Amino acid sequence: MPHIEARDISLIYDTPGGAVPGLRGVSFAMEASEFLCIVGPSGCGKSTLLNIIAGFITPNVGEIRIAGQPVRGSGMDRGVVFQDFAQLFPWRTALGNVAFGLEMKGVPKAEREATALEQLRLVKLEHFAKSYPHHLSGGMQQRVAIARALAYNPAVLLMDEPFAALDALTRDDMQRLLADVWRTTRKTVIYVTHNVAEAVYLADRVVVMTPHPGTVKTEVTIKLPRPRDPLSVEFLDYQKELLRLLGQDAKGH
Amino acid sequence: MHDVARASDIALTPAAAGPLRRAARNAFPFVVVGAIWEAVAHAGLFPPRFFPPLETVAATLARLTMSGVLPHHALDTIVRLIAGFALAALFGVTIGIVMGRSRRAEDILLPLVSIGAPIPGLAYAPLFLLWFGPGNVPAVALVAFVSAFPIIYNSWTGVKAVKDIWLRSAQAMGANDRRLFRHVIVPGALPYIVTGLRLGLAQAWRILVGIEMLAAVPWGLGWLIFGAQEFLNTDVMLAGIVVIALIGLALEKFVFQRLEELTVVRWGMLT
Repeated sequence: MPHIEARDISLIYDTPGGAVPGLRGVSFAMEASEFLCIVGPSGCGKSTLLNIIAGFITPNVGEIRIAGQPVRGSGMDRGVVFQDFAQLFPWRTALGNVAFGLEMKGVPKAEREATALEQLRLVKLEHFAKSYPHHLSGGMQQRVAIARALAYNPAVLLMDEPFAALDALTRDDMQRLLADVWRTTRKTVIYVTHNVAEAVYLADRVVVMTPHPGTVKTEVTIKLPRPRDPLSVEFLDYQKELLRLLGQDAKGH
Repeated sequence: MHDVARASDIALTPAAAGPLRRAARNAFPFVVVGAIWEAVAHAGLFPPRFFPPLETVAATLARLTMSGVLPHHALDTIVRLIAGFALAALFGVTIGIVMGRSRRAEDILLPLVSIGAPIPGLAYAPLFLLWFGPGNVPAVALVAFVSAFPIIYNSWTGVKAVKDIWLRSAQAMGANDRRLFRHVIVPGALPYIVTGLRLGLAQAWRILVGIEMLAAVPWGLGWLIFGAQEFLNTDVMLAGIVVIALIGLALEKFVFQRLEELTVVRWGMLT
């Protein structure tokens, strides 16, 4: 049985100008501990799809199944990381943010703080446990957000362009760190991005989407050993292939 | 001219300014106004009884403080202020948050709040005096009523301004409605709530001094100032105003600034 299954997901947006199809017939399945990237141009509904998997939006047609159970609203089997740095609670320290999910679960204070510190160590921020988010850089805030989503030990990690607002150097560091975290934790990850290099670096498999309405165009399995070398010929070939599928290669113009 | 040059030097090199210099700079405008006051008072343009020099005001302030008259007036005023403001804070924050959370409450209450808020508080005073008779009850009730408006308004805005992404994050981490309220909505709205409380307190001060003049209370700074007019005791009136200013300053410095430092400033939510 696949860990996550999207079955024929369709969503229609209600806009003042009438009904606009957002997603049409999106289906895919993934195994436990798989790293899946969803790539597509802006407006293809990839973030919407992630929000449906997270349980924030209910699709008009179709359903998401996680471990065989249909998704009804958000749940603690999934951790979510957003693009916006503002996702952290400014009134809580890094440690307090990471411990939030455990607190909601009713884990005693000493235990949840020990676990939260462990998660901060995983993203190399254990020395910033007492800092408030506004004292942390954007990259550090996103690392806290990752630690926070992992702290209550969900089986699935959902990430919506978490590094898109970072500068290129920090983004490279973050991608390496995330690959390490994934190798350590073996979560099932769905990662939405419009950056093909990022997808080739991180993913076991890439789902390519097309816009208006959002549909799955094809899937590409990345058969490269890890850690991956972004300058290798094979890596660049995968990048070119994805760009071609997205219609953004040089020949497309 | 020399003082002006020095002041600009300090502004250019703030790091070099010691605490003494900073105190001097803060005191500067008051020294100027005080000097002008003294000049006018001693020039004999007005009878000294109407325009007493500062030393007379200071002497009156000291005399009334020693005799316990001024502390008694101040204490009664502060008790009324705290009682009225506490009620306003309690009801204002509650109503504001309910309006922010419930669409129906917003539809019903917002028009009332929008119409009630700009009406000068003192306009309600005769009504409250008729309803509650003279004394403490109408004073406290009017203070509570009038200062609740900015608190309601800001608490409502604060709840509206709570970021959607905080709510989603908390929901994804298993927060139920009650915990969402306590751990996300209240702290998220706090910068606005604090602003509302500060505006509410300023409102409370203004209306309290006014209502004390009308409510026939035996003690209170408003009454002290109003009563002093009958006997042309300008120095007493000015002493009362000084005490009002000092209490306001103390509340701002030791209550609100402290509250902000511990919360919204520490969290980087207020720049």
